[in-house]
Amino acid sequence: MDRIASLGRVGLDVVATVGRAGRFLAGVLTGVSRPSVGFPLLVRQLYSVGVLSLAIVVVSGLFIGMVLGLQGYTILSDYGSEAAIGQMIALTLVRELGPVVTALLFAGRAGSALTAEIGLMKATEQLSSMEMMGVDPLRRVIAPRLWAGFIAMPILAAIFSVVGIWGGMLVGVEWLGVFEGSFWGNMQSSVSFTQDVLNGVIKTVVFGFVFSWIAVFQGYDCVPTSAGISSATTKTVVYSSLAVLGLDFVLTAVMFGDF
Amino acid sequence: MAQRTTEIVTGLFIIAGLAALMFLALQVSGLSPKSDADTYTLYANFNDVGGITPRGKVAMAGVTVGSVKSVTLDRDTFQARVELTIDANVDNIPADSSAVIRTSGLLGEQYIDISIGGDMDSLNAGDTFYSTQSAMNLERLITNFASGK
Repeated sequence: MDRIASLGRVGLDVVATVGRAGRFLAGVLTGVSRPSVGFPLLVRQLYSVGVLSLAIVVVSGLFIGMVLGLQGYTILSDYGSEAAIGQMIALTLVRELGPVVTALLFAGRAGSALTAEIGLMKATEQLSSMEMMGVDPLRRVIAPRLWAGFIAMPILAAIFSVVGIWGGMLVGVEWLGVFEGSFWGNMQSSVSFTQDVLNGVIKTVVFGFVFSWIAVFQGYDCVPTSAGISSATTKTVVYSSLAVLGLDFVLTAVMFGDF
Repeated sequence: MAQRTTEIVTGLFIIAGLAALMFLALQVSGLSPKSDADTYTLYANFNDVGGITPRGKVAMAGVTVGSVKSVTLDRDTFQARVELTIDANVDNIPADSSAVIRTSGLLGEQYIDISIGGDMDSLNAGDTFYSTQSAMNLERLITNFASGK
């Protein structure tokens, strides 16, 4: 009987958490503050979430592009079609690796920081003192962080893809001697703007939204102790990685599945 | 001052993102603002188009001169009717040229190659190629060889 009761409790907890997350999101999105107050806060968060993640995104994009170039050359040169390396690198990056790897890196770099920051604010009762002063913490603290993650993600993913393609070109064209004209020509004839580039951007928008929602909600909902903050940070990274990978499959099936 | 620096760096970050998207659009996917104005349309009927799909390459002497716009089935002749978009500066294709489906490399994609004829007249917009040569079908080739036809 106890077992069944504990199962029921777990189920109720999950449902309650999903409900709290939904109400939380609705509160953040509907509580629009005045642009003169909100905009500087958003810019500062965009800086700490987006600009400071640029280094890790650029460096990993470069190396992933270079690895794709090397691997692609090794496989394709067996069939004498190493000129197709350009389209392979571009399609892999624009469709899959750009959005997914950027989201995973971003969750590790920025998501954990967001959760820890908000969690610590809650533990040191900064959020409750704001409420006491009549400042809505959802508007003042949470909304700029949510929007910053949402806006920064597509920008970072686009930069990731471009740097990766440049890295692939560095290896393929400069080192291994693939003809540059066919590298770009094959790429342009096979990558379609609406099918590939725009679908990749849609993916990053969805990932950015889900990831920032998970990160700020875990911080806001954490148990206000040091153990609670650490488990909330872990949960952010685990949940957002799983959500990104799962959603990636669903989105890929919807976008590219029907041919 | 610190706020201003933050704003400038963030602005540069957003500009970098937009520039990256522009690069993906123009350089990687080859999206060009070129309109239909500087191209014209030709048609070709094939018995078998093989792997030709819209956006496929149309080449003359190995140089890309246009792309495949659509592939449809002609209900009366049961042939495939391919609509080709050709660059306007290639407006002197001889009228007796033929459209041939070729494969680039051993495993490469198929494209339409225009074999140049010797006629003094040239094809005009909306004309159909007089002669075509369909895709090489390896299975049919083997079947023909095995049955001795």
